[in-house]
Amino acid sequence: MQLTPDSFTPVTRDNAEQEILRPSLTYWQDAWQRLKRNKLAMLGLYIIVFLLLAAVFGPLFSNTSYSDQNLLQANRPPSSEHWFGTDNLGRDLFIRVLYGARISLAIGIVASLLNFTVGVAYGGIAGFVGGRTDRFMMNVVDVLYGVPVLLYVILLMVVLKPGLTNIFIALGIAYWLQMARIVRGQILVIKEQEYVLAARTIGAGKWRILLRHLIPNSMGAIIVTMTLAIPDAIFTEAFLSFIGLGVAAPMASWGVLASEGINSLRSYPFQLLFPALAISITMLAFNFLGDGLRDALDPRMRR
Amino acid sequence: MLSYTLKRILNAVVVLWFVITITFFLMHAIPGGPFTGEKNLPPAVMKNIEERYKLNDPLWKQYTDYMVNLGHLDLGPSFKYQGRSVNNIIAEGFPVSFQLGMNSIVLAVVLGIPAGVISALKRNKWQDRTIMFLTTLGVAVPSFVLAAALIHVFAIKLSLLPAAMWSGWKFQILPSVALAGMPTSYIARLTRSSMLDVLGQDYIKTAKAKGVAQYVIMYRHALKNGLIPVVTYIGPMAAGILTGSFVIETLFAIPGLGRHFVTSIYNRDYTVILGVTIFYSFLVVALNMLVDLIYPLLDPRIKLGGKQEG
Amino acid sequence: MSNRLIVLAIIMVMLGTMLAGCGGSASQEQVMRLYMGAEPETLDPDKATGVPDANYLQAMFEGLTEMDGEGLIVPAAAEKWEVSPDGLKYTFHLRANKWSNGDPVTARDFEYAWKRLLNPATASTYAYMLFSLKGAEAYNSGKGSADAVGVKALDDNTLEVTFEKPTAYFLALCTHQSTYPVNQKVVEANGDKWAGEVSTLVGNGPFKVTEWVHNGKLVMVKNDQYRDKDKVKLARIEWILIEESGTALSMFENNQLEYVWEPPMAEVERLKKENKLQLSKLFGSYYYEFNTKKAPFDNPKVRRALALAVDREAIAKNVLHDVHKPADAWVPYGFTNPITKQDFREEGGALFQTNVEEAKKLLAEAGYPDGQGMPPITLLYNTNENHKAIAEAVQEMWKKNIGVNVELVNQEWKVYLASRKSGDFQLARAGWNGDYADPMSFGDYLLTNGGNNWGRYGNPVYDKLIETAQNTNDQAVRMQAMHDADKVAIEDMAVLPIYFYTEWYCLSPKVKGLIYPATGVLNLKYVLIQN
Repeated sequence: MQLTPDSFTPVTRDNAEQEILRPSLTYWQDAWQRLKRNKLAMLGLYIIVFLLLAAVFGPLFSNTSYSDQNLLQANRPPSSEHWFGTDNLGRDLFIRVLYGARISLAIGIVASLLNFTVGVAYGGIAGFVGGRTDRFMMNVVDVLYGVPVLLYVILLMVVLKPGLTNIFIALGIAYWLQMARIVRGQILVIKEQEYVLAARTIGAGKWRILLRHLIPNSMGAIIVTMTLAIPDAIFTEAFLSFIGLGVAAPMASWGVLASEGINSLRSYPFQLLFPALAISITMLAFNFLGDGLRDALDPRMRR
Repeated sequence: MLSYTLKRILNAVVVLWFVITITFFLMHAIPGGPFTGEKNLPPAVMKNIEERYKLNDPLWKQYTDYMVNLGHLDLGPSFKYQGRSVNNIIAEGFPVSFQLGMNSIVLAVVLGIPAGVISALKRNKWQDRTIMFLTTLGVAVPSFVLAAALIHVFAIKLSLLPAAMWSGWKFQILPSVALAGMPTSYIARLTRSSMLDVLGQDYIKTAKAKGVAQYVIMYRHALKNGLIPVVTYIGPMAAGILTGSFVIETLFAIPGLGRHFVTSIYNRDYTVILGVTIFYSFLVVALNMLVDLIYPLLDPRIKLGGKQEG
Repeated sequence: MSNRLIVLAIIMVMLGTMLAGCGGSASQEQVMRLYMGAEPETLDPDKATGVPDANYLQAMFEGLTEMDGEGLIVPAAAEKWEVSPDGLKYTFHLRANKWSNGDPVTARDFEYAWKRLLNPATASTYAYMLFSLKGAEAYNSGKGSADAVGVKALDDNTLEVTFEKPTAYFLALCTHQSTYPVNQKVVEANGDKWAGEVSTLVGNGPFKVTEWVHNGKLVMVKNDQYRDKDKVKLARIEWILIEESGTALSMFENNQLEYVWEPPMAEVERLKKENKLQLSKLFGSYYYEFNTKKAPFDNPKVRRALALAVDREAIAKNVLHDVHKPADAWVPYGFTNPITKQDFREEGGALFQTNVEEAKKLLAEAGYPDGQGMPPITLLYNTNENHKAIAEAVQEMWKKNIGVNVELVNQEWKVYLASRKSGDFQLARAGWNGDYADPMSFGDYLLTNGGNNWGRYGNPVYDKLIETAQNTNDQAVRMQAMHDADKVAIEDMAVLPIYFYTEWYCLSPKVKGLIYPATGVLNLKYVLIQN
């Protein structure tokens, strides 16, 4: 190959080529971009949005209410008139499931928010600061684990009036403990890793390390725990209703409908099937979304 | 190391003391007592009962009396089951719950961890999708529904297994499976998620680049680290499962300890409430201590006892 | 890794299929397996309180009297008795019998047991059952001595009982477990522990305990020391001690049980179709209690209006699947009038009918036309599927029929009891079962100062009628007074009766000769297993 001076002509500055093709994105924008490309995750998101809309607006399009009874039409299997059949008082189960969504979705969302804020922050701080603080904070978790939930739930019921707020308070006391433990365990591992050391040596602040490195790197476990906390909370609500903390009858959540259905399982299985199906679909949707979020938020998947 | 262990034990005692004290005053704060019944008792009869069970002593005296007895490892007599001591109730119920719980934990670990690993390795392939779908169902379907379905199919329709009770290994299968459903799914999902985290890390990539065999990577490097959240979960979960599940024990009519956690509170059987709570908390604290001891084995970089750095 | 998993899965499936044929044994042996509720609190007759305990004890012990299939009181441990003309002294003559350990049963064992029941140190809940005996209440309150109590063994076979005032229902009371004898020697030798150990659990009834697995099962076999052992056909009884009736029903349908007490209501329609359900009278009432000291229920017109607007027939038919009977009075079915041999309730007839028009009129008269101006009302019930369904149905009926809106509040059992007892309610679900089969066990409930009258209903006319019944030994006068009192209570609508309890249970067709008295305590003495 012959080299001539012509071979070394300077490149003309081309502005178009120089321009950065990929706009600089923040961590969250980037995550959203990746989430949007994940079909299953988006499906999950659409289902959740659909359920929320159905819960809020669905009952408006119906002329029957969750409490309308027809004793002569009790325990009827699904039909064109009653899509999900009727319950022991002849109430339309479809309408009841629709109304139940309002309570159960609210419970699910509050429970996951509680986990995400209180649980992650608590576990994050304990694991990150370590030492005596960690021990103290974990002792508090152990104490809360030990004291029977049922006892303070009964006390709450006596002190406050029944209703949703009460359930949120009850969940608030105990429904972030698991998350706190898991996050703390993760942080203990991650904080000893090389990139954290690297970040520290270049002078990153404590909070920056916690929020930008440790928490995002624990996201996998956080999201698994969070999505699993949702059905747990939905069924806990049914249990709290049993104690008398829940919303007043005849309004009923999915959890309550399901636990009522279990009593008549052998005779009228559809009474369990539909509320259980509603819960399972919601769970699947939250899990698809959760898995997608997990990938989207994983810093190592960033391109 | 010795002083560290001592410190931890002292610490555990303090945690237990808090649990006992809070529980003691909470249970006396809620309405109703062990002898509150539908039929009202004449004052003389009520007075005799209260005197016999020392329920008319001031609360602080009941508390100190209880603590003194606890010092002698005496959990007192049950109010509801007359003539039985709480020690005896725990001694009879715990072995049954322990047996059932161990079955389920082993099942959950043996099925859950491999399922999670497979899922992570075959990410987004059909194996992963199937396992994730099943585990989603596993957490969305509560244990009482699973139990009812198992009884319906295997006991009533197929007559393969007994529907309930506890007298031999045949009786253990359905409740063990029903109890394992949720933890298996949880463990599988946690394992998958943390395996994915670990597999993306630099040292795994390095090991792969160096040509280390895949199963060595999996076992020596990835799995060990990936198990940390699983171990964190198993600690308190094991305490819960080994002391018995109320739902499973009631549905399968198993004479375990689990029922007492709930029924003692409904019955306001004060000594049983405290007894089972202490027993459970002791296990939680002990197992969490164990978990903290296992962390450094899984990842030597983890430091717990030492001073905070940076 | 995945191969190993598959192998494991195969092993699991194989294990599953190997377990064929583990159902129950369907033998012709004289064995009966029953579900009657959970673990007994105690098997000491002087301390037992629960329904399951009463049933276990009935198999192990024998009282002075028992109830027959027709609901009449017949001799049991006592062969015969004399009553003094003023009704203040009963003399019982005992049959010769032996304890299950071979000791003779004597009148002294009865005297000992009753004084033990009343002893303040025993702290027995049911001590009040014998409060009509002379000196009994004083002894139990620590104000009198045991010697002053009106029960005395004149000799080995004669027991004399003296009363403060005539107690015409005393023979019915003698069927109750708190009046069973205990073996003085065994109890004194072992203290309170005697009832906790199989070896010292000695009874005078047709069966004796041989095995007790807590929360598992209670096994009894025929007691061959029993006086009437030739009539006892069953060789063995197994009570399973579990909490869930649904689980028990699964076992019944899997041939693991011959009897299930109160299977889940939701399964009743199907069980009826499959001919698995049986019903028998029970002396109990289910009602809504008004707090008569709080507006608007201090006004009898409002109480009556609410009662007339509830379609109890519809509830009994559609919510209770015709298991229970709609209630149209205060005293339930299940007591046979000893004079007419007719059921007390059937004699009295229906005392009120559903009448929406009348209800509207009464409500308007009370100042709440179409429910307008009615203060907010809450209906309290303890958490339970059936209570909830009934409350929801009643709520809807009031809303539709008379425009009255009520809010439903449910509470955990003991919280609910505390709310009721402190009067912290407006309208509360309640139920009452007679401990002994006599209208008096309902009659004294509604007395102005009745210990269980949490709604604080009071009417001097009613009190007077009950007092008449309490102070006479003439059954005819007594029955008339009780009927009149029943009418007054419904006229005032002291409570809102919803339904009369019926016992519902699953019984294998193999079981013959079961006696099920209205007190809800099974008599297994004459049971025979036969295909």
